Amino acid sequence: MAELIDLVLLAMLALTALRIIFLKDLFAVVMLFGIYSFLSALIFINLDAVDVAFTEASVGAGISTVLMLGTLALTGRKEKKNSHSSLLPLLVVTVTGAALIYGTLDMPPFGDPDNPVHQHVAPRYIEESPQEIGLPNMVTSVLASYRAFDTLGEVVVVFAAAIGVLALLGIRRKKDSDLESGLKEHKVLHVIAKIVIPHVILFALYVQFHGDFGPGGGFQAGVIAAAAFILYALVFGLPNTLAVASPKFLQWMASFGVLLYAGVGLVSMIKGGQFLDYNKLAADPIAGQHYGIIIIELGVGITVFAVMLSIFYAFSSQAERSNVQ
Amino acid sequence: MFEQHLAALPVLLPLIAAPITLILGRSLLSWGFATLVSGCAFVVSIQLLAAALSDGVLSYALGGWPPPWGIELRVDAVNAFVLLAVSAISTLVLIYSKDSIEKEVEKSKHSLFYTAHLLCLAGLSGILITGDAFNLFVFLEVSSLATYTLVSLASDRRCLTAAFRYLVMGTIGATFILIGVGLLYMKTGTLNMLDLASRIELYDSNRTINTGLAFIVVGIGIKMALFPLHMWLPPAYTHAPSAVTAFLSSTATKVAVYVMIRFIFTIFGIDHVFEKMGMDIILMALAVVAIFKCSYMATVQSNVKTVFAYSSVAQVGYMILGLSLVSVTGLMAGVLHVFNHALMKGALFMAVGAVFYRVGSVDIKAFNGLGRQMPLTMAAFTIAGLSIIGVPLTVGFVSKWYLVTGALEQDNWVVAALVLAASLLAVVYIGRILEAAYFKKLPDNVDPNTVKEAPPLMLAPMWVLVLANIYFGIDTSLTTEAASSAAEWLFPSGDTHSVSNVQEMSK
Repeated sequence: MAELIDLVLLAMLALTALRIIFLKDLFAVVMLFGIYSFLSALIFINLDAVDVAFTEASVGAGISTVLMLGTLALTGRKEKKNSHSSLLPLLVVTVTGAALIYGTLDMPPFGDPDNPVHQHVAPRYIEESPQEIGLPNMVTSVLASYRAFDTLGEVVVVFAAAIGVLALLGIRRKKDSDLESGLKEHKVLHVIAKIVIPHVILFALYVQFHGDFGPGGGFQAGVIAAAAFILYALVFGLPNTLAVASPKFLQWMASFGVLLYAGVGLVSMIKGGQFLDYNKLAADPIAGQHYGIIIIELGVGITVFAVMLSIFYAFSSQAERSNVQ
Repeated sequence: MFEQHLAALPVLLPLIAAPITLILGRSLLSWGFATLVSGCAFVVSIQLLAAALSDGVLSYALGGWPPPWGIELRVDAVNAFVLLAVSAISTLVLIYSKDSIEKEVEKSKHSLFYTAHLLCLAGLSGILITGDAFNLFVFLEVSSLATYTLVSLASDRRCLTAAFRYLVMGTIGATFILIGVGLLYMKTGTLNMLDLASRIELYDSNRTINTGLAFIVVGIGIKMALFPLHMWLPPAYTHAPSAVTAFLSSTATKVAVYVMIRFIFTIFGIDHVFEKMGMDIILMALAVVAIFKCSYMATVQSNVKTVFAYSSVAQVGYMILGLSLVSVTGLMAGVLHVFNHALMKGALFMAVGAVFYRVGSVDIKAFNGLGRQMPLTMAAFTIAGLSIIGVPLTVGFVSKWYLVTGALEQDNWVVAALVLAASLLAVVYIGRILEAAYFKKLPDNVDPNTVKEAPPLMLAPMWVLVLANIYFGIDTSLTTEAASSAAEWLFPSGDTHSVSNVQEMSK
């Protein structure tokens, strides 16, 4: 049964991808990208990788779609005519695809428990992490403790993305309220948004702190919290949102999240361990692991939230400016 | 405590300093802080190189988890040597940036510039010292994103198209590397480099592993601008701010050369890559074409930054030529040239940036008569230019000497002759600019009083590099010792030793 579901989902994925290539209407393309992400998330669920599925759904289908729509507001929704010849790219893509298929010929059998990925490093993660780290969710154990340095690197990647967007677009301050943004006329939306937004934020906090026990963690929580603010900005207008969370404040938050994460590493260094060795954080190593993971996840959540919202500000303040002109 | 964490500091210092720089916000403050941190990273890298040369390998288990379960930082002679060059250039470029950036980047974006510079330094250092294949990819992303930002910060609007092109190509390269690492993981179940090496050995020409190798080599090829994947580089280096070009040309693509060396020599092993797959022939052919085609392209450009951008692609050709010889001397020449090229190109691009600072253009016509107006800048330019050509008593001569020796060891007269012939093309493109500077008159419409010597903070780092060009050209003991122990370390005799190490650890 699982194979059948996989096949159907993969076929839909391929159809969506082909449609994306041939469509000229970029708005529809962005929507299809969202569908593509949801389909991938379903495939991940079918593979029992719920953490990955959750991230794909919140980041790929959620915030990416909003940011791409923000870009379309600046660039227009029709694809321009391409004057380049498409022969060379077609050749490159064909060769790459052929190489990938060639690479699968000696691939280990799908889902076989004797595969190298299940036999070498993974057994320790599965067998010992409940004693060494004490978390029910092993994905979090690997992500936030065994390979915590990678995750720090990923947070820095997110931070670097914010630096890039701020350098390119910047967040333009509106001079006065010469523009009434938001959907002032839509009373129903106002009421619904007021009900939904607090719940979304509450859910974000749940996802943030429940990551140790089930799917979730800082990346997803940060994105969900940012989505709540973005919804507020869309319904009540950007100036009102800027009053709640100013761009300068978000810059501080983005930096603070990275520093909080790295700070845990520094504390464990001061206490005589290696960088990010949470065992040293408390007298009991398991308690130390818990403290470490909760704090670094918080750092992740703060940076991701601040960066996503900053990027949204950068796009939408540009769009408002071009609306005025 | 300091000693214990030495191996982690080169990446931790800039990584933690970057967000602090953003918070500091003010131009002068963030400049001072970034320079200070980069200087500390430089001091640490000197100590690391000394430790690596005397003790061999420094291993640092992050989070206290032993490899292959946790991530390992692993410093040996090879990466410590390249790290020294990267942190030195970063510090000098930051000193140089203060005046240069004042002119070329909007004031409100200065702290973003220094933050991005530190992120780039952290990414490059992370790539160099990590002993984990996936961690390498993560830091590759950090450095790449910072690099695109740095290129796009110039006031010239054309930098945006250049940065976008760079972003698209760079992302394809990074994705290829990720696909390759994924295929390796699928077959081995590990990401630690030494562990990967010992487990790849178990497979005899496996199609999944070979595909992984192909994806990784092409991906790194894009990142290092290996001919014919170099098309993103000339526009990016031409339109980026001068300080950024000086930094990137001497570090970013060279770190990619290191990654190529690491994957071929440490992970896949030379038997597999060169003898079974025959990649030495492919790399040698690409390197020779790169050297000639791009040196020729450099002779016909009118924008001096483009001249040296093409020259950089040609110089990458020399490095790849060195490692395609598959000998200790050849590899040593390659590693040595990574270091030496940083000294020459750093100085050259700083001199070009100084000209832009005073004249406002880097067209070759803008150099007319500058020999009199900016004597110190042009003297620095001349010496660094001679080094690119490979004149004796400069570092350029040293690397070419070992490259030719490596070729002659194998009685490969053709390659030796080609290396020498390509130097003549370098004479042409350096000569054109020197002719303009020393034998042509300042144009009448330029007031001789406005075009004067560059400010001291730009001259000082430039001249430090020029003097290093001469010093390491005369006293070659330090650089050749480091490069030769690096090369010996990478060759199989050193390899078996390290593999047995990991097996002990995993028990």
